Amino acid sequence: MNDLAEIISQNEDRLRSEWIRTMSTAVQRTDLISKAEIDEQCSSILQAVVEGVRTSGAQNLNGAGWNSARDLLSSISASRARQGFSPSDVATFVLSFKQPLFALVREKLAKSTDALFETIWSATQLLDSLALITTDTFIATREELIHRQQQELLELSTPVVKLWEGILALPIIGTLDSARTQVVMESLLQAVVASNSRYAIIDITGVPTVDTLVAQHLLKTITAAKLMGAECIISGVRPQIAQTIVHLGINLEDVITKAKLSDAFALALQRSGRTVVRSSNGPANPMSGLFTKREE
Amino acid sequence: MERIPVLRMGPLLLITIQVDMHDKLALQLQDDVTEKISEWGSTGVLIDISSLEIVDSFIGRMLANIAAMSRVLGAETVVVGMQPAVAITLVELGMSLPGVRTALSVEAGMELLYGAITDGTENERSEA
Repeated sequence: MNDLAEIISQNEDRLRSEWIRTMSTAVQRTDLISKAEIDEQCSSILQAVVEGVRTSGAQNLNGAGWNSARDLLSSISASRARQGFSPSDVATFVLSFKQPLFALVREKLAKSTDALFETIWSATQLLDSLALITTDTFIATREELIHRQQQELLELSTPVVKLWEGILALPIIGTLDSARTQVVMESLLQAVVASNSRYAIIDITGVPTVDTLVAQHLLKTITAAKLMGAECIISGVRPQIAQTIVHLGINLEDVITKAKLSDAFALALQRSGRTVVRSSNGPANPMSGLFTKREE
Repeated sequence: MERIPVLRMGPLLLITIQVDMHDKLALQLQDDVTEKISEWGSTGVLIDISSLEIVDSFIGRMLANIAAMSRVLGAETVVVGMQPAVAITLVELGMSLPGVRTALSVEAGMELLYGAITDGTENERSEA
């Protein structure tokens, strides 16, 4: 078995240059990575492979001897995943080593067919497993990226804004699923406590469709807010959605719904004892005295 | 034995739950509240649960029961200061506490109760 290690270590330079040549015909991504970098990666992998074959043999990739080769491949694969290589590019990086290695093995062991076949078989197994390692790492890196982005999206999409003293608004953008409802509900209730707000307006202008599940999630949020002593108003109900709600037979009788956010805001102002009056100064200073607290 | 104090504030009863509720304590509170309402003729009950962090269906039902019992005895109940986690738990348990009034803070709860009490019974308040 150590034939393989011998062959590789004795002809390292030749293997490397041929490997790089094969690779450059198979994968042409010189825009993403420099030639010097590939060169360096190839030689460090070659050394690690030689070490692995020597100490643990070509069959057992889980052996301690393969640790450095595995780590090296993982880190290369992870960095390539981030750089924007495709999975096949990364796998080809390893698989393109086959051709120069097999050519060399054939040259060295041409006399004995049995030994040749055996060595080639173990080399194939070895390179295939190494390629699988790169693919696994590649996918894991991508998945981690997707997961992080999902998390960020979740946080981004649930802002609670304060419209007035005691009045909050929660514009919901995108479809409400169970996971998002949980985040929406929690952030709304936390904001209600933190700002001591009596009224919360849930704006669903950005919710593309309302089905029974979404309605149920909304009702849950409203009930929870009600238990804490806050009143919820749903706004941004589009004509289509109003029709859907009625067709589905969803009961929103106990919930105040308004077509526009401005209607809901006006209602909340009115309920908290405020009224909107036009300033008598006219357009000179349109912002002054827009809202005044009603004297009782 | 551990007991939740029921305080008298004019026509109102003030109950602040500061400890973890267990079933025995809840039943004791139910007894105490009904007894005090009939003893003092209270017209409002304010239950502050802002320190309550864990709730189960029994405690939820107990709150609804106290409210219903008080109404039978002629007193309005307001539950104030429910924590978000408690509210979510109750909703997930399917308990929306119908018939229980809620408010964000003790202050808001008091306002609500005074409003409810003085509706058409202005004289009663001036007597108290």
